[in-house]
Amino acid sequence: MTCRAGFIIVALAYVCLPAEAQHWDTNDSNSLFYDTSVHGFYEVRAGYRTRNDPFEKDMLMMEQRLQLDISAKPDWGDWKIKGDTIGDLVEERGDFDLREAFVRGSPYDFMDVKLGRQILTWGTGDLIFINDLFPKDFESFFIGRDTDYLKAPSDAVKVSLFGESANLDIVYTPQFDSDRFIDGRRISYFNSNLGRLAGQDAIVHTDKPDDWFRDDEIAARLYKNINNYEYALYAYHGFWKSPGGQNPAIGKAIFPDLSVYGASVQGNFAKGIGNLEFGYYQSEDDQSGQNGNINNSELRFLAGYSQDIAKDFTAGLQYYIEHILDFEQHKESNPFGPDRDRDRHLVTLRLTKLSMNQNLRSSLFTFFSPSDNDVYMRPNVNYKVSDNLAVEAGANIFFGDHISTFFGQFKNDSNIYTGVRYSF
Amino acid sequence: MRSISILAVVAVFSACVFAAQDANVPEKISDVNAIVNKANIMAYYQGDDGKAKVKMTITDKKGQTRLREFVILRKDIKEGGDQNFYVYFLKPSDVREMVFMVHKYSDVTKDDDRWLYLPALDLVKRIAAGDKRTSFVGSDFLYEDVSGRNLAEDTHELTDTTDKFYIVKNTPQKPDTVEFIYFNVSIDRGTFIPMKMEFFDKNNRLYRVIESQKIETIEGFPTVVKSLVSDLNTGSKTEMEFGEVKYNIGLGDIFTERYLRKPPEEARK
Repeated sequence: MTCRAGFIIVALAYVCLPAEAQHWDTNDSNSLFYDTSVHGFYEVRAGYRTRNDPFEKDMLMMEQRLQLDISAKPDWGDWKIKGDTIGDLVEERGDFDLREAFVRGSPYDFMDVKLGRQILTWGTGDLIFINDLFPKDFESFFIGRDTDYLKAPSDAVKVSLFGESANLDIVYTPQFDSDRFIDGRRISYFNSNLGRLAGQDAIVHTDKPDDWFRDDEIAARLYKNINNYEYALYAYHGFWKSPGGQNPAIGKAIFPDLSVYGASVQGNFAKGIGNLEFGYYQSEDDQSGQNGNINNSELRFLAGYSQDIAKDFTAGLQYYIEHILDFEQHKESNPFGPDRDRDRHLVTLRLTKLSMNQNLRSSLFTFFSPSDNDVYMRPNVNYKVSDNLAVEAGANIFFGDHISTFFGQFKNDSNIYTGVRYSF
Repeated sequence: MRSISILAVVAVFSACVFAAQDANVPEKISDVNAIVNKANIMAYYQGDDGKAKVKMTITDKKGQTRLREFVILRKDIKEGGDQNFYVYFLKPSDVREMVFMVHKYSDVTKDDDRWLYLPALDLVKRIAAGDKRTSFVGSDFLYEDVSGRNLAEDTHELTDTTDKFYIVKNTPQKPDTVEFIYFNVSIDRGTFIPMKMEFFDKNNRLYRVIESQKIETIEGFPTVVKSLVSDLNTGSKTEMEFGEVKYNIGLGDIFTERYLRKPPEEARK
């Protein structure tokens, strides 16, 4: 399936892509190919570990990537096919990643429908997601790919209804789309069974729910804008997106059932933008918290604020807390597990500065957990040499007092990376 | 998040929509407030709504150029009052399909509301209202050049009336918040289009010029279709050309999250 799509993309690109992206109009505005355009980029990226990791290669990323983005905008809607062909020297293989392949239309004035492979995002956090249960790619995020790759695609249908009193989005994913989680292949992590850091010696194998229409996910958002304060209610029913437990009988990590209910508000506050978001994570397979092999239910809360602090200089601050419910049962049922706190506190600070006619973007995003005593820093510098060419360098730096905490476990994965991208 | 002080664009667009009534017999007006009010109203509120395809060429002092291309949609909420803007980027390709949206308020005490849509992440991002004297998309136009500087921010003085122009000197009420001590505007006596704006720095030295270079009457509205800003300090220039200008296209309520995620037909065609 993905191979075929890849072939189509390459073939189409070959037909209509000399050097510069081209437009390709047919006169009939109802034609499938009306207003078709082809764009994309070619990129080379490399990243290295800054610390020795006994379980992984020093070279964390060494890849070239060709993205082709073909879209058309006939009168009845639009469609897009976007995919990356990747030559990966770390895993020594070629790959094709179909990022988007959707058709979209408005069958009624009050309804939009988007069907197919798509990137989905909602919620108010900046790199923190509570009610956004769409798949993430943490490996890409931690090794220094473009931030766009934090979002992995969903194979879903999104129906949006727009009304006077409120708007409703419903996303149905017929077959569970998990996160692209940390599995030890490239990034070492804390393995609670071994009680130590592990990597390629203990790759996480999972028993993933994959029955069509049975192992499905549904997510909904009811939202309304009142005087440009955006209020939203959310509900999700599906699975923990990254492994949320294990099945000792088969020795595999599992994705237990999960429901999430939440709310958010966002709008102008003081001299900037403020946001609040809340979510109740109900771990359906362990509602009492007594099963040590399955994540407990949690409450999650986020407060954020961002503001321009000088010309072309923006700061964003967030405070986030994860509160484990039924913590006593969790402790009792999991006496040998890592010594987690009931509450995980996290503070984030984003600083972004534009200079040289906004062609140079320097940014630093820092996660700091005062309860876990760990830190994750993401410095990045991106310079646009021309309208088509950009060069970039950055790092992912992890510190922590303990190897079992969220960021502390990645301390041997700290890395620096650089990349060059030609867009067309 | 790249160069998103795009309101500037908006302003330029609006400014370019400066209109004139009857260019034949310019009567002489001596009340400076009447002149600037008329210029402001004519400049930013032609028709009930409008659309243009904007091409911006930024040329630095070494002659290196960068291009920006976008479609801008404007709708007046109230004549002379609040307005909405929708900017859909076409070029360069790394910002293609990004959308910048503004709900602009004429009340000086109220910050504009701004949104950015990043298609690769399907992310609708609320952006803080920033310093209005910040570059718009990395060009020499500032947010405020385009969205219009609120008249109440300056005191206005009619310093000269020539055959063709009213020359108005504008002095900021709060000089600490801006980089100029005053600017002169040459307003066409017939059309009320500001043909030239000249900014002077704290040493009373001219450092920045904005010129309306080409005016066409489109659907009865005299419209600036080409303007140029020169930064005399950096040697950089930005030319802005407006194509496919249309007025009164009957824009619906497209200035919402729905149309950030799914651009309206008016932006795509």
